[in-house]
Amino acid sequence: MKTKKLLLGDEAFALGAIDAGLSGAYAYPGTPSTEILEYVQSSPLARERKIHSHWSSNEKTAMEEALGMSFCGKRAIVSMKHVGLNVAADPFVNSAMTGANGGLIVVAADDPSMHSSQNEQDSRFYAKFALIPTLEPCDQQEAYDMARYGFELSESMKIPVLLRLVTRLSHSRAVVETETEPMPENSLSYPANPRQWVLMPANSRVRYRQLLADRDNMEALSESSPFNRIVPGTDRRLGIIASGIAYNYVQEAFGGKCPFPLLKISQYPVPRALVDELVGMCDAILVAEEGQPFIEDMLRGLLDRGPKVYGKIDHLIPTDGELTPDSVAAAVATLLPDFDRLRPAAGRRAQNVTSRPPALCQGCGHRDVYAALNAALEGFESPKVFGDIGCYTLGFLSPFNAIDTCVDMGASITMAKGAADAGQHPAVAIIGDSTFTHSGMTGLLDAVNENSPVTVIISDNLTTGMTGGQDSQGTGKLEAICLGLGVDPAHLHTIDSLPKKFDDMKALFTAEMSYDGLSVIIARRECIQTARRHAKAKSK
Amino acid sequence: MKTDIILAGVGGQGILSIATILGEAALRRNLYLKQAEVHGMSQRGGDVMSCLRLSSDPIASDLIPSGKVDLIISLEPMEALRYVHLLVPEGRVITSTEPFVNIPDYPDIEAVMAELAALPRVVTLPAEAIAREVASPRSSNMALLGASAPYIGLPVDVLEDSIAAVFGAKGEKIVADNLAAFRAGLEYTQSH
Repeated sequence: MKTKKLLLGDEAFALGAIDAGLSGAYAYPGTPSTEILEYVQSSPLARERKIHSHWSSNEKTAMEEALGMSFCGKRAIVSMKHVGLNVAADPFVNSAMTGANGGLIVVAADDPSMHSSQNEQDSRFYAKFALIPTLEPCDQQEAYDMARYGFELSESMKIPVLLRLVTRLSHSRAVVETETEPMPENSLSYPANPRQWVLMPANSRVRYRQLLADRDNMEALSESSPFNRIVPGTDRRLGIIASGIAYNYVQEAFGGKCPFPLLKISQYPVPRALVDELVGMCDAILVAEEGQPFIEDMLRGLLDRGPKVYGKIDHLIPTDGELTPDSVAAAVATLLPDFDRLRPAAGRRAQNVTSRPPALCQGCGHRDVYAALNAALEGFESPKVFGDIGCYTLGFLSPFNAIDTCVDMGASITMAKGAADAGQHPAVAIIGDSTFTHSGMTGLLDAVNENSPVTVIISDNLTTGMTGGQDSQGTGKLEAICLGLGVDPAHLHTIDSLPKKFDDMKALFTAEMSYDGLSVIIARRECIQTARRHAKAKSK
Repeated sequence: MKTDIILAGVGGQGILSIATILGEAALRRNLYLKQAEVHGMSQRGGDVMSCLRLSSDPIASDLIPSGKVDLIISLEPMEALRYVHLLVPEGRVITSTEPFVNIPDYPDIEAVMAELAALPRVVTLPAEAIAREVASPRSSNMALLGASAPYIGLPVDVLEDSIAAVFGAKGEKIVADNLAAFRAGLEYTQSH
């Protein structure tokens, strides 16, 4: 029996995993992946089965926890945004070496166009060099179906599987047919070859040879995958390769009746035999893929002496920003003049429109921190403020113009320390509570060990704000963490980030920036969004 | 049946509630639907939009191609203008006239309204004022949905049932307020 549900791509995958016997979901929040774990948390079946769904401190801990569950034979998922895979890269790459026991799916949600991210990296590259197979659903139904398929692939090949999502699938809803009978969970069982899970050189050399041999089998599985296929076409002047969501854009351009032979790729390694078959029947190839030219680059190779290949490398399709139905249609229209009717028909833009950038909410404590910080900084000659990832990155924008850097989770403290090492004074780090426990604590230990002249401000709003208010792992523990890492109690302060505390905050910031050593100031006020939600829940 | 809609507004205004109602209605009518939205940083007071596609046939793309948008439903007048170049030539705009000014360089509102009025098919309504009169200003998104109802391609009673279902968990008063705002918006369109 099937039932129909309206689901985001993220939710469709999460439900697919639950219905396929999931035992543990692990994640750190990150747009556009957050709704996967949130869906598991809200699922009645997941609650009934006690499926693990607590947030982890960061993507690396999440990945390792999921790997531990897989070691014990149970099915696990771990989800993150694309840059989260950088944080989890060490266990991710090495999980190909240990292999998986229970089915393990690693979800990376890429964010081309950088709607809410600092870069456009394409997660498929990670899986390629780690020798891990990849699934890339084209729609919400495939996202649902690939959970079960991915677990089976993972268990049959004894290796984790990467599932790549993109913003326009993660955050788009469609009607999905779902199973009414969920599968049972796996019972506890241990790996057949326990040596493989101890990655010391003697074991790893043996395992790596096996992994390289398995890669050929993975390619064969891609070639027979139900998600990869050639859709026949009669116009052989062009063959189109479309991966993941790009397949939909090709179908959109031709109203579901593509006249050209079309290779749909949703499982990797790239199915070489299918590519060869397509190339053999067409005069030229157009590659449509979301993200970087991953397949296209393989087709062209270094010398590009094979069949004519069009795509992003020749800028026929824009190299940056997300793929759109417009960019795919325009590419075909440019290549073949008789398809000029496909050229997107945008009208004239309106004149009375200005940009409306996001901003910190009215009533947000980060605002008060920045107001006091800016006032305090006026007393110094050339202060530098090292920012971090979260709502407070918006402090870069007017009216605050308060931060000089924002790079990756936790980099505020470590960059401020490096700057202090270089002679910068004052060197200020501003970091949120969730980002601090994600990746700030280890950097703070470096600063403690050298008593670096750095002023760290932890702007604690008691939640993970930017992604919608998920539990923050350090709530109630920040002072103890700082003291435990060795921060001098005389230079550890807590203050409420309220408008009426402006003078106190300014004075505190000024005093600590004048101190020639490490200080930590925890400026605390609950996120206005979660405070409203809590007030509403209380009044019910 | 096929209607391609852009829902527009400012983060926090409530365009996603409109999308939820239309999603519920699509399920009830056994229609295909795709609805793409953006979460995260852009929700913090920035401009937000959602592509919502309804069809009796399968839908390929989650994004609507340029020049194929049938209807813009906007909770804010300048935000409606942001997407008019994507309309089909005979496309329609339903927008609230009440500006949401959270930027220093918001254009002259008279010029915004004049540019809207020059469009071939446009319904402008004071959605918040209408909602306040019959229910509460919080239901202004439902007043706007009511004003758009004749152009969506879904029967009014299905939309009303969907409003009742989606807000049902929040209690009878909330359902009644939202239905009242929806009907007032619908009446406004029919009489203007």
